[in-house]
Amino acid sequence: MIEVENLTKKYGDLVAVKNLSFKVEKGKIWGLLGPNAAGKTTTMRILTGYLPATDGKASVADYDVFEKPNDVKKITGYLPENVPLYPEMTVHSYLNFVAEIKQIPAPQRKEAVEKSVEISGLETVRRRLIKNISRGFKQRVGIAQALIHNPQVLVLDEPTIGLDPAQIIEIRQLIKSLKGKRTILLSTHILAEVTQTCDGVVIINEGNLMASGSLEELTASFKEKEGIVIRLKKGGKSIISLLQKILGVDKVSAVGDEFKIEWTKGKDVRDDITKLIVDKELGLIEMRPLAMNIEDLYLKVISGGVEQ
Amino acid sequence: MKNIWAICKKEIKTYFTSPIAYVVITVFLVLIGFFFYSLIWWFNSQSLQMAQNQYYYQQLNINQMVYSPLFHNMSIILLLMIPLLTMRLFSEEKKRQTDELLFTSPISVNQIILGKYFASLFVLLVMLFLTGILSIFVFSYGNPELAPILSGYLGLFLVGAAFLAVGIFFSSLTENQIVSAILTFGVLLLFWILNWASYSAGGMWKSVLNYLSFFQHFDDMTRGILDTTDVVYYLSFIFLGLFLTYSVIQSRRWR
Repeated sequence: MIEVENLTKKYGDLVAVKNLSFKVEKGKIWGLLGPNAAGKTTTMRILTGYLPATDGKASVADYDVFEKPNDVKKITGYLPENVPLYPEMTVHSYLNFVAEIKQIPAPQRKEAVEKSVEISGLETVRRRLIKNISRGFKQRVGIAQALIHNPQVLVLDEPTIGLDPAQIIEIRQLIKSLKGKRTILLSTHILAEVTQTCDGVVIINEGNLMASGSLEELTASFKEKEGIVIRLKKGGKSIISLLQKILGVDKVSAVGDEFKIEWTKGKDVRDDITKLIVDKELGLIEMRPLAMNIEDLYLKVISGGVEQ
Repeated sequence: MKNIWAICKKEIKTYFTSPIAYVVITVFLVLIGFFFYSLIWWFNSQSLQMAQNQYYYQQLNINQMVYSPLFHNMSIILLLMIPLLTMRLFSEEKKRQTDELLFTSPISVNQIILGKYFASLFVLLVMLFLTGILSIFVFSYGNPELAPILSGYLGLFLVGAAFLAVGIFFSSLTENQIVSAILTFGVLLLFWILNWASYSAGGMWKSVLNYLSFFQHFDDMTRGILDTTDVVYYLSFIFLGLFLTYSVIQSRRWR
């Protein structure tokens, strides 16, 4: 649905995006992940037709962004990093205005506004001036604005930035609820966001593609070992040697008051460990998987340790 | 056309939900009212003095003695007011980054510019229309000629429209509204001064400066002379202003 091929964007001498290529399949949510100034916003601006690229190709639903910008704009909803709001308008009149410039014909306009108000949960504030509503509602107006013309593709630039934890969860749920019908590309530098909402991820740093693929693919390819971290009431060296005796365990190390236990992928020894803890009355407080999570992956990728 | 109207409608709403349009219109009307009052007062005293002499009395002409100077005053006040109307048109969009919404919507840059321009023309029309109240008084107590008044208003509208086109151009150049207003004001003032410079210049320069000046073309119209060269002058000025705006916006996106 979204295809980027060898995309390059230069601002004068500064290269913001360098030879970037990735693909997002229809109906999926993909995350564009990277530290600040990685080129996420630039990539999104090119995809939505706000900026032209210096070189390369980009297309949305088989429409070339540079040759048929209007066709792309008609089927793409875009939430920029700074939500483009007119503070002196009411939520309702703002959405009405957006509906007009997104070419929704007059007879359907009212329904479109109603629907986007409903999806984004703006009923309570629709008659208020945008300057008087909270940050969370402003972000929702931004999402409503992106959804109003029922686009097949959504491009969301840091949709949860500046929100409180409860609002972040709400917005994430909202984004997840849009899945399936729409193809979504969202950018973020919050790692949890990717694991919780996305099907796949494109990691970029300083304009370069570092890794891309579905979450399972990526984590699997980077992970040779599996493990768990446990926290016990009892401590000491003796416990390390106890744990090491379990068949299949490769490595045990103490990290603070926790123990990290690793084994080769595929040989699950969790049952044995549990048995040991119960038998020896070690007093289990916490046990969590030491999966190579997106965070490790991200840090590894960004620091240049792994390239794909 | 529909897109232009959508932008235009929104801009007009913005003008009239913020204090800007009200303040500009009110100050404009108060100043014009004052000029009108003093011109009428002067005309009145002249009439009383001339009343003894039938010949001079016949020479009194309210069109020339009241309307012509009034139109000139109005054009100068427009020069001061119009930068305030145009300064926010593009500067504010850029500063608030709402231009990202406009330029990622399926409407063209031309439509955005024209929509905004027409909205500012609408405010100009409201300003000029409201000064019509003054003419109600003149027509109910005197008998001025209508045609020169209409051509004067047409002239004012064209002058104002050209000012607006200059203003919208400077608004597209900067995201700072004050800078945009000052630049507009400076350039408009320069074109006004060109007129003075033409008095002292000679030969070809005189006619060039004369042609370039905003007010030379306007002068004829206040006296009821409608010349196509004058109209063409203003229309080409408007076209140039809007075209430059278009180029600025396009080049910014391509940089």
